[in-house]
Amino acid sequence: MEPIDEIKKSNVKNLLQNNERIDRRGMLDYRPIEITKNYIDTGEGSALVKLGETKALSVIKFDVVEPFSDKPNEGVISTNSEMLSLSSERFESGPPGEKSIELARVVDRGIRSAEIIDTKDMNLGDGKVLGLFIDLYLLDYDGNYLDASALATMAALRNTMVPTYEDGVLIRDNMKKKLKLKGDVFMNTFVKIDDKILLDPILDEEVSMDCRLSVGIYENNICSLQKNGRGEIKRNEFEYMIDASLEKYKELKKIIEI
Amino acid sequence: MENNELTKNGKRLDGREFNEMRPLKIEAGILKNAHGSAYLEWGGNKIIAGVYGPKECIPRHDANPFKAKLACRYTMSPFCSKEEHGRAGPNRRSIELSMVLREALENVVELERYPKAMIEVSIEVLQAEGGTRCAALVAGAVALANAGIPMRDLPIAVAAGKIADTICLDCSKIEDNYGQADFPVALAPRNNDILLMQMDGLMTKEEMFKALDFIEKSAEKIKETEKNALEKAINKVN
Repeated sequence: MEPIDEIKKSNVKNLLQNNERIDRRGMLDYRPIEITKNYIDTGEGSALVKLGETKALSVIKFDVVEPFSDKPNEGVISTNSEMLSLSSERFESGPPGEKSIELARVVDRGIRSAEIIDTKDMNLGDGKVLGLFIDLYLLDYDGNYLDASALATMAALRNTMVPTYEDGVLIRDNMKKKLKLKGDVFMNTFVKIDDKILLDPILDEEVSMDCRLSVGIYENNICSLQKNGRGEIKRNEFEYMIDASLEKYKELKKIIEI
Repeated sequence: MENNELTKNGKRLDGREFNEMRPLKIEAGILKNAHGSAYLEWGGNKIIAGVYGPKECIPRHDANPFKAKLACRYTMSPFCSKEEHGRAGPNRRSIELSMVLREALENVVELERYPKAMIEVSIEVLQAEGGTRCAALVAGAVALANAGIPMRDLPIAVAAGKIADTICLDCSKIEDNYGQADFPVALAPRNNDILLMQMDGLMTKEEMFKALDFIEKSAEKIKETEKNALEKAINKVN
């Protein structure tokens, strides 16, 4: 931990005693969300999400791949994340660390659990299937890269076109077929600081946290959970975060549909 | 295998009730070199854990002047499943699990007692049959206690899940692979604080809290098994 974090921590905690946040938000408010669809022309789908000052890019690409041996007729989904060194002085370039691996796996888990992508529809025949690659690029980090990346991925998937397959290659010109989705998955990340629970932490709040819980929601179901950090969560706090997440689903659905 | 084939005559395929755990056996102090160790059999899982420390922190620049660093490494052997030969060493899954296991253990280990030091927990899954991360946490916790490291509580862990639209405790591998949800949780049994929590699959809020009830109700039994293993190891030394 950086020495400056101790100062940030005491600032965050002092304000929280009066139920105030640094940016004057309510405890369960998101920062302003801005979604730019089709941000990358060379991807089959993409979106840039600005969640306050945090900027996350998600790009969808397809490739022809071999199926997994236990699911020979189903397409493959693969998620990778890059916490770019330009996004924060806290990240170093090099092989992905545990946080970066976790980010990719948690975003992947929500989408996979809710089965919003029909992988059976990705069989190309001849022992080949479509591979759907999700690349998460964190461009600017001011806390809560999980929700920003998950939202960018959902927005990208909603605008993804599927290439046609001819003579063993994918044709990406004039794509007419939209990727079919069964619904939307949204993630809500909370931090616990002392006995307070806050949605969508900024970086200063993240360095002050005891622990964090990310809740993935698919309509009326919970589709993923990931707890993080040394602190503990009480049963009633857990229930509070689940209820808040189920409530936030409608809000995020409205934002993504604009 | 389909999800609805996971139950037969109102029971699970291995004959268990929905709130019934697989048999759990723990032995502490089974390694000579490690400062603390544990071997565990839980259903078809076989897991071994070793603890070294407190010792000098490596790399040195990671040393924290206020508390010890806890390092945790969970790995699966390449021969741990009935299917193909896996790869030895860490992979993306095991790196993530090592992190959440470490954070859960950090909650209960009194790291503040050993500034600048390091405590190393290594957990090897020799044989896997579903629920390895929870079994790994139990093995790691017993090994830490066996090493004589002060802890605020002896944490327990067990997963619940959903098969054939029914909530069940301690999913086997087949239930995990073909079921509808997997919900691993670690608790501090003295107050049921949640230390580790992950979930994949689909569950309603009601189902999730029923699953949490199953987990909380089994905490005492797991803790007793842990305690018995530690007592036995002490008596052996004496």
